[in-house]
Amino acid sequence: MDHSENRPAYLAHHFSNIAQQADAAKLGMWVFLLTEVLLFGGLFVAYSVFRAWNPEMFYNAHKYLNVTLGSINTVVLITSSVTMALSIRSMQLGKRQQTLAFLWSTLLLACVFLVIKYFEYSHKIHLGQLPGKYYTFTGVQGTNPHIFFSIYFAMTGLHGVHVLAGMFVIIWMIIKTSRNMFSPEYYTPLEMTGLYWHLVDLIWIYLFPLFYLIG
Amino acid sequence: MSTGTDKTGGHHVTPLNVYLGIGFGLLILTAITITVSFINLGGWNVVVALVIASIKGSLVALFFMHLFYDKKIYSIVFSMGLVFLSIFMALTLFDTLRRGDIDMIKAEPFKKEAAIYDNRPGPDSTSEHNSGRH
Amino acid sequence: MTVSNNYLQEPKGLKSWLFTLDHKRIAILYLVGISLSFILGGILALLIRWELISPAQNIVGAETYNRLFTLHGAVMIFLFIIPGIPAAMGNFVLPLMLGAKDVAFPRLNLTSWYIYMFGMILALVSIVTGSVDTGWTFYTPYSTQTSGAVVAMTTAVFILGFSSIFTGLNFLVTIHKLRAPGMTWFKMPLFIWAIYATAIIQILATPVLAITLVLLILERTLGIGIFDPAMGGDPVLFQHFFWFYSHPAVYIMILPAMGVISELIATFSHKRIFGYRAIAFSSFGIAFISFLVWGHHMFTSGQSELASMIFSFLTFLVAIPSGIKVFNWLATMYKGSISLEAPMLWALGFLFLFSIGGLTGMFLSTLATDIHLHDTYFVVAHFHYVMFGGTVMAFFGGLHYWWPKMWGRMYNEFWAKIAVLLVFVGFNATFFSQFILGAKGMPRRYWTYLPQYTRLHGFSSIGSIIMAVGFVIMIIYLLHSIFKGRKAGTNPWGSLTMEWETSSPPPPQNFEKDMVLTHGPYDYDKAVPNKN
Repeated sequence: MDHSENRPAYLAHHFSNIAQQADAAKLGMWVFLLTEVLLFGGLFVAYSVFRAWNPEMFYNAHKYLNVTLGSINTVVLITSSVTMALSIRSMQLGKRQQTLAFLWSTLLLACVFLVIKYFEYSHKIHLGQLPGKYYTFTGVQGTNPHIFFSIYFAMTGLHGVHVLAGMFVIIWMIIKTSRNMFSPEYYTPLEMTGLYWHLVDLIWIYLFPLFYLIG
Repeated sequence: MSTGTDKTGGHHVTPLNVYLGIGFGLLILTAITITVSFINLGGWNVVVALVIASIKGSLVALFFMHLFYDKKIYSIVFSMGLVFLSIFMALTLFDTLRRGDIDMIKAEPFKKEAAIYDNRPGPDSTSEHNSGRH
Repeated sequence: MTVSNNYLQEPKGLKSWLFTLDHKRIAILYLVGISLSFILGGILALLIRWELISPAQNIVGAETYNRLFTLHGAVMIFLFIIPGIPAAMGNFVLPLMLGAKDVAFPRLNLTSWYIYMFGMILALVSIVTGSVDTGWTFYTPYSTQTSGAVVAMTTAVFILGFSSIFTGLNFLVTIHKLRAPGMTWFKMPLFIWAIYATAIIQILATPVLAITLVLLILERTLGIGIFDPAMGGDPVLFQHFFWFYSHPAVYIMILPAMGVISELIATFSHKRIFGYRAIAFSSFGIAFISFLVWGHHMFTSGQSELASMIFSFLTFLVAIPSGIKVFNWLATMYKGSISLEAPMLWALGFLFLFSIGGLTGMFLSTLATDIHLHDTYFVVAHFHYVMFGGTVMAFFGGLHYWWPKMWGRMYNEFWAKIAVLLVFVGFNATFFSQFILGAKGMPRRYWTYLPQYTRLHGFSSIGSIIMAVGFVIMIIYLLHSIFKGRKAGTNPWGSLTMEWETSSPPPPQNFEKDMVLTHGPYDYDKAVPNKN
């Protein structure tokens, strides 16, 4: 076995070449995203069951969500997906400063998303629109309106946790990019971060109409 | 040496205007879905909303997540999730939407005669006949 | 022969084991945890059978009894049988069978083991800090209301789920990307096909378990009311969520076992496996259908009749690919040159016991008969026949088969045959009687029973002691063989799969040279295996 060949430091010992390693990483990441789809999917099933059982209550309850803030958050996440995609493209072209600029933009937009969610959540807490047994709001017509808010907090909460986790990963990518660890030949971790971030955006693309735009 | 291979075996850099164009398209579709939600279409509102969301999601998956340019295996992996999620949802809804069917069946009176006799005059001209199934 | 630089000895030191990235060492680390879990689960089982030897209280009260069967189920399922063959054997054998140097993501592999150990410790802590008496199925509303360490135990299971997901992810990518040159999909050993199908289930189903447990914890802590009828929720919805994972989970348990059996039958019949493609595709068929049938656990739960009928029909379908495998294994043995070493005896035991288990599944999948058999000992007997008579038999068959490869030593063949015999006899005594108990109406999870069931329960409990003796003998000769066993050659069984082309134990880098496929895994009619 020839160990003396000119192997770059980022090529692990058990892979034959960098293309094989990068393909393996991409396949692994897509499989991981598949598990995320099933994870959120369970909550989408719960949503479907309870909305089918309580269509009017869902309609009445959703009126207490702020469509403006939800729309802004949708625009924010879509834009962050654009900046994330552009950051990877910049590294493909070897432009490190541009990569960093787009990564910071993505991070900033993620922050904006979470800040807006903070305002939405605190307003609900203030009104008593809390999950489960803590629900005290009386404005919604229909039986068991707490169900809507329970599912709302569960789904947007889980999504928010994923946004936060994504932010930590982006910070890590900013650090690695600053340390010149990526190049047009090797940017796999950036690419993987991008895939994760786009999934977070994709899930919100479904959450937004299902909660904010019940017609 | 390229890192990762797309379906041509090469190293594909998406053009800038593709990213910007798709981003812009997503914003337009967002505006459309918000506008339509204020129009009362009854049961069709949720259908329209989901269709638009699916178009947006497909654009994100195909172009931002590079599935359009990549080898097919990744698209297969992703669609598997949607397939099994649909199975989970469909079979669960077969239960939750059809609960209580047995109560309706149990509420019906027992029929002593077969249905073929319902509209015939029997040997006894004053014989009762069931008023039907419901 | 034991090469001086084998993976057990190089590198040295405890830290080199705890921070290893070598899949073979990680497999041994898993094997230790999994074996200890099996022993713990087995002790819990013996306590259960001791209590049930007569209707009166024998060693524990009813409350404690409920905790015993809950823990027996949780420990055996989440700590032993789900990780079982993939983690302890797949980790060792998969890269070797593929001719690869390691799995695709070695650091993720080590992380999976740490997650497994963390989950195990948390589960053990929950046993001590209040324990759980809900049954391993955690049905609501009892699980949301009972006192006890439900949150701790469900958190432990949540954590263990990630270990399973990451293992499946790792194996799937490894199989796609790290096969040796020349090893096309249809030249892979069938164990690999089985592991691949298992990985698909691990990846698709386990996240739903994760969200189920999260919802259960939220229900218990925040009272979100999603499963509570008083709050407009639905307890049956919990069962849908729970079984959407837990039914496919039983195929996580059996598919790797079937993969092991394919290897054992071919090797010990010294014959090409019959129906290679049928067996390979049937693994995928089983994996797919397994997602369509979960409602057969819920026939008496109050789910709609329409759903029950659909699930009953779909459940019949899963018997087809399982039957295909059994017939192909039998056809492989026909006119083979069969040798009856211990691994083959375990495999033969599997064929007999799994067939009984599978057939009794048909009684349970039939909607009308299940109404009577649900929650009786018939169900308990059925799943022990498939999980124990199936997976556990294959686990120990595989363990004895790959033992010389792992340790470079042979175990004592005479005592191995004694052990498999005792386990086989003890198992049938324990569980066949339970089919009869269930058909006669004995409910499961009951601490006491009517006097007419005493004889059968007593017979069952004695059977459990016979099994225990068999396992004690096994532990003794296996541990002894690690230190004092006869040194094993490269290929003691004369098999043609690639793991037998390297020394026993293998060197840290797996092979002395880059591997290329030179013959198919079952070419017993063309190639002569270098048995030594």
